[in-house]
Amino acid sequence: MSVKLNALCSDSYVDISQYRDQHFKGNRYEQEKLLKQSHTLYVGNLSFYTTEEQVYELFSKSGDVKRIIIGLDKIKKTACGFCFVEYYTRADAEHAMRFINGTRLDDRIIRTDWDAGFKEGRQYGRGKSGGQVRDEYRQDYDPARGGYGKLAQQQRAPEGRNSF
Amino acid sequence: MSRRRHSDESDGGQSHKRRRTSEPIEIEDRLESLICRVGEKSTSSLESNLEGLAGVLEADLPNYKNKILRILCAVARLLPEKLTVYTTLVGLLNARNYNFGGEFVEAMIRQLKETLKNNLYNEAVYLVRFLSDLVNCHVIAAPSMVAMFENFISVTQEEDVPQVRSDWFVYVVLSCLPWVGKELYEKKDVEMDRLLSQIEGFLKRRVKTHVPMLQVWTAEKPHPQEEYLDCLWAQIQKLKKDRWQERHILRPYIAFDSVLCEALQHNLPPFTPPGHMPDAQYPMPRVIFRMFDYTDAPEGPVMPGSHSVERFVIEENLHCIIKSHWKERKTCAAQLLSYPGKNKIPLNYHIVEVIFGELFQLPSPPHIDVMYTTLLIELCKLQPGSLPQVLAQATEMLYMRLDTMNTTCIDRLINWFSHHLSNFQFRWSWDDWADCLTVDAEKPKPKFVKEVLEKCMRLSYHQRIVDIVPPTFAALIPAEPIFYYKYAIESNSSLPGYAVTITVSNAIKNRASNEEILTILKELFILPPLIFIMGKKFQFHEVLKTLTESDEGKLHILRVVYEVWRNHPQMIAVLVDKMIRTQIVDCAAVANWLFSQDMAHEFTRLYIWEILHSTIRKMNKHVQKIQKELEEAKDKLEKQQHKKRDSGDDEDMEKNSEDEEGQLEEQIERLQEKVESAQSEQKNLFLVIFQRFIMMLTEHLVRCETGSVDISTPWYKNCIERLQQIFLMHHVTIQQYMGTLENLLFTAELDHHILAVYQQFCALQL
Repeated sequence: MSVKLNALCSDSYVDISQYRDQHFKGNRYEQEKLLKQSHTLYVGNLSFYTTEEQVYELFSKSGDVKRIIIGLDKIKKTACGFCFVEYYTRADAEHAMRFINGTRLDDRIIRTDWDAGFKEGRQYGRGKSGGQVRDEYRQDYDPARGGYGKLAQQQRAPEGRNSF
Repeated sequence: MSRRRHSDESDGGQSHKRRRTSEPIEIEDRLESLICRVGEKSTSSLESNLEGLAGVLEADLPNYKNKILRILCAVARLLPEKLTVYTTLVGLLNARNYNFGGEFVEAMIRQLKETLKNNLYNEAVYLVRFLSDLVNCHVIAAPSMVAMFENFISVTQEEDVPQVRSDWFVYVVLSCLPWVGKELYEKKDVEMDRLLSQIEGFLKRRVKTHVPMLQVWTAEKPHPQEEYLDCLWAQIQKLKKDRWQERHILRPYIAFDSVLCEALQHNLPPFTPPGHMPDAQYPMPRVIFRMFDYTDAPEGPVMPGSHSVERFVIEENLHCIIKSHWKERKTCAAQLLSYPGKNKIPLNYHIVEVIFGELFQLPSPPHIDVMYTTLLIELCKLQPGSLPQVLAQATEMLYMRLDTMNTTCIDRLINWFSHHLSNFQFRWSWDDWADCLTVDAEKPKPKFVKEVLEKCMRLSYHQRIVDIVPPTFAALIPAEPIFYYKYAIESNSSLPGYAVTITVSNAIKNRASNEEILTILKELFILPPLIFIMGKKFQFHEVLKTLTESDEGKLHILRVVYEVWRNHPQMIAVLVDKMIRTQIVDCAAVANWLFSQDMAHEFTRLYIWEILHSTIRKMNKHVQKIQKELEEAKDKLEKQQHKKRDSGDDEDMEKNSEDEEGQLEEQIERLQEKVESAQSEQKNLFLVIFQRFIMMLTEHLVRCETGSVDISTPWYKNCIERLQQIFLMHHVTIQQYMGTLENLLFTAELDHHILAVYQQFCALQL
């Protein structure tokens, strides 16, 4: 007798997004399967100054956090504005997607997304300058993320030109 | 046979056939969508949408009757906030097709039986309410509804059943009356009067020991925290006095009266309430949370009184909306704000009151705490001109009443407020709360502010907190969370142990083996350097494990952790968590440490209780995990035995399966032992905790009595409510050990203040 009504089963915050990791070793189907079972979240738009303690405090609100891996600039080895949060259970991670995604940490709206699982090397930014790709090309000024985007910085003060 | 003939006759045979098989599914989805969406925002009126939908469904009855029945039964159970929309729809269908109406009623009765069998009591309430509103739609005859109610109320005459069982049947009947009271009284007033008088008798006999444990505030003013059945009874009494005139509920069926009253009604089959089963889980009693009344909404519509039936209906509907949409915060906020009839009530106040009511509900909120924070933020986004002000007003009121607020609820308020502030740049008029600076720091108000600032700091950083509060609040600002390691301050090189520390640190840096480090440490018994490193990278835990094989060792390491990290409570919690998970310390050791004399000065701080509850939860999860493994192994064995029975008598197969069975049986035996050992550890943990509470509280009570001093110090209030909190937060687990607790600890010799907590817990009949 008990019927599940599709119209009432909406849980859109938990759905996987369009993003697929280009460096993932495996096909799209395998990646999606992992994303749908994952206990690990990617967290983006962090300030460079946000600490592991702050991330732990916020994400503990949806359940026990197993570990946090702060994303690092590949060259400088300093925080570059993202991290991974791994939970012990899928249910706790889902609560984070529903209630922590899109709220503020360090005054910034952070974004969470499913991750297929942390592997050594994934804690580094993939931008040419060492940070995240999004910080390579952005044109805005963000003091919590190193100021202007890398490209914009070079355009503003290109090397080898005299200034009068 | 006829289908094949059709496809032969048609032109594009194959494609036509394919279309035929996919169509029914599409139509079923469409039907589901149409039914679920009726009543939502539309360019046409609700009446014309219902009329249209009734026409569509009537036309589809010949082919999709069962699907339609199932969908309508489901919305009755899952969308109670749209009750009257769907009862009207069923009424219209019944008017057009009497048989369908009869089949629907039968399906509902079957569903009601199912939900009761599966302990889904809240959903069962919605089903009965739906049936009762069908009386208003001329689908069900009033006398047969009264008969069902009479059967429900006869449960109150049963002997030797839990009170919560009779409670539920009384609640169901009373909660239907706002919808159908008028109609039932018009047709069967004598029977209804008898019913109400039986209910009154039951309510008078009812034991209410459990109430103090569930109240958010202990004070009666300004709003008494009423027991839920008492409140509902008062509301129904008032409704009766008003001759059952109820003007709040949206009743679309009134517009269709001329059509509906032509319909033939069905009689409900006689419904005997299922008997009491020992494993039945009836809903827990509740206390009605009230924080606003008509004086609080400054302008606009007036808030209905606490004993008005409108208040009941509004609160019911808002709770139902949250229940339906809690996973989808934007939808939930939008649905709450588009509540029908919102122009006649101060909706923002009702929403804020219902949300806080759920957040502060004891034993626990219906949904995870963080959901409410995010929901309130969404509501603020959708109503930026009005809701934040109501929320600020609510926060102010909650602050003013902290002195009598239950400690568990204060914990939740601290967590909500600090998280909320972190989303709004920590803006708050702290000066308004300057009164907290003039009283003893252990009193609820300064304690609350201190804990809020500590949580705010954890979400940001120390300097931020210094910047956001007025200088006068300096005493309440938390300490900067750095480690306190007297050995690490290089300038103090004359401190004993400094040289040793350097030796050990160098050894670790040079990747000395665990044995070498262990030797050095054992000779010197220095732990702090390890802890400093431990905070950042949790390694060398085998070393620690050896050092902490005894209870003394475990207590020592916990003390050292506290010594080094006492300004960084979050780090203490993380380290204790890791040490339990890597089995360096056990749960009982943590409990003993928290209750020890060393930690007495920290006893009323929130982080202590967060650590204790987290420890208990880990213990519970551990037991559950092994129990699950045991169940899985047992299932495997059963399947194996079935396979053997069904596979016949192949000799080789028999030998293999015998081996497998033998292995499984061994595994089950091992797991059984593991479960027993884990349960024993769990029981011991609770015994340790309760024993410690009893010792501390008894000491305090005796000291006060001999000194003729009032027992109600801030410390005592905190301690006794923390004891309550243990019972409430872990009631499911504690239930298993009631016998031991009663025989060993909560005996009649205990001081009555302490025994009362235990008795209140038993009265919840969880």
